[in-house]
Amino acid sequence: MTDIETELRVRRIENGTVIDHITAGKALNVLKILGLPDSSEGVVSVLINSSGKYGRKDVVKVENRELNVEEVDKIALISPNATINIIRNFNIVNKYKVHIPSHVEGVVSCINPNCISNSNEPITSKFTVDTENIFLKLRCYYCGRVISEDIAEHLL
Amino acid sequence: MIDHILAAAEKMEPIARGEERSDLLSGKILAVLFFEPSTRTRMSFETAMLRLGGDVLNLGSVDASSIAKGETLADTIRVVDGYVDAIVLRHPKEGAAHLASEFSSVPILNAGDGAGHHPTQTLLDLYTIKRESHLEDLKIALAGDLKYGRTVHSLCYALSLYGAQITLISPKELRMPEEIINDIIAKGAKIKEVDTIEEAIKDVDVLYMTRIQKERFPDPAEYHKVANKLKITAETLKEAKPELKIMHPLPRVNEIDNKVDDTPHACYFKQAFYGVPVRMAVLGLVLGAIE
Repeated sequence: MTDIETELRVRRIENGTVIDHITAGKALNVLKILGLPDSSEGVVSVLINSSGKYGRKDVVKVENRELNVEEVDKIALISPNATINIIRNFNIVNKYKVHIPSHVEGVVSCINPNCISNSNEPITSKFTVDTENIFLKLRCYYCGRVISEDIAEHLL
Repeated sequence: MIDHILAAAEKMEPIARGEERSDLLSGKILAVLFFEPSTRTRMSFETAMLRLGGDVLNLGSVDASSIAKGETLADTIRVVDGYVDAIVLRHPKEGAAHLASEFSSVPILNAGDGAGHHPTQTLLDLYTIKRESHLEDLKIALAGDLKYGRTVHSLCYALSLYGAQITLISPKELRMPEEIINDIIAKGAKIKEVDTIEEAIKDVDVLYMTRIQKERFPDPAEYHKVANKLKITAETLKEAKPELKIMHPLPRVNEIDNKVDDTPHACYFKQAFYGVPVRMAVLGLVLGAIE
């Protein structure tokens, strides 16, 4: 696909954040994690299954909002290779890869239906992230149950 | 830390037996919040507090309390926190004690959270093994429901710290989950799985029995078949070492024949008693009365 074709599909943004190299098919989950579009007043564009240098990928562009590191790192749970580009005046002023956080709060719900975090208590779910082997594991802070598959299925 | 608690428990024994008096926790109040029925754990916590000269405040029946009106556990804890010096909590949901500790300024003692943990039971099991057998170079067999029984899971984790040789005896429907077995092996225990008590009885120092619950079996005939296979009688014990100790978290149904009670192997009533000095030690430590 040429630059012009890409341009016609999803236009360049003047200011904001471009989340690139999202695992193909996961863009909608990324929006969910970031609370988009509700958390932004600007236009949010989504490109799903776009062909990139390393195969298929998704791209999310958020206009007029620079996402901070803490919020974008949550994306790493479902798309560990995503990159964040901060755009100002059509130029990339900052570019970095997401980092898998050591713990996450309020992003996923515990898979244990009898966990206290799945009741009407005034708490948010909390997990520690285990990255010791290649498969990412989330361990519930409250009940200790481990989520190792289909993390996206359990997004809050 | 475990060894420290066990050592403290040993010092508490004469007080737990009523042979010595203590006012170690005089002026302190323990709240006993049990959202699920329990006899032994509740009573032994209460006894432990009373033996140390402290007072106990019981939640009473859940039906008659504000919990029945829909109060969250967090709110209950925040209220009770203002009345007492420590809270012992049993709750049907996993992670309840963790939650309580977030909302409490006084120590929370977990007396069982659903299928999660029951740490003072594990401590009293270890204490019983230490007092009646030995924790180092221990050969132990665990029999019964090893799939759902939180007591045996926690005990295995604790025993792995001492490098125990553990033999698991259970029907195939109630085998210990592989994930737990792998964890325990990784922590230092040696594990063997067998089908019958007879296969293990000759070698072990301790045989830890658990109750098999009828409701785990859709077919009652299958339950009886399995339950009868994992039953201890005087006959089963013929091949056992003279120093073998039999433990059980109680209540038992019919997995240990009454005739075994009179043999030197029976250790389960002592085990129930040891809950008192162990909980005294824990209370003394968390309330800062002992170091």
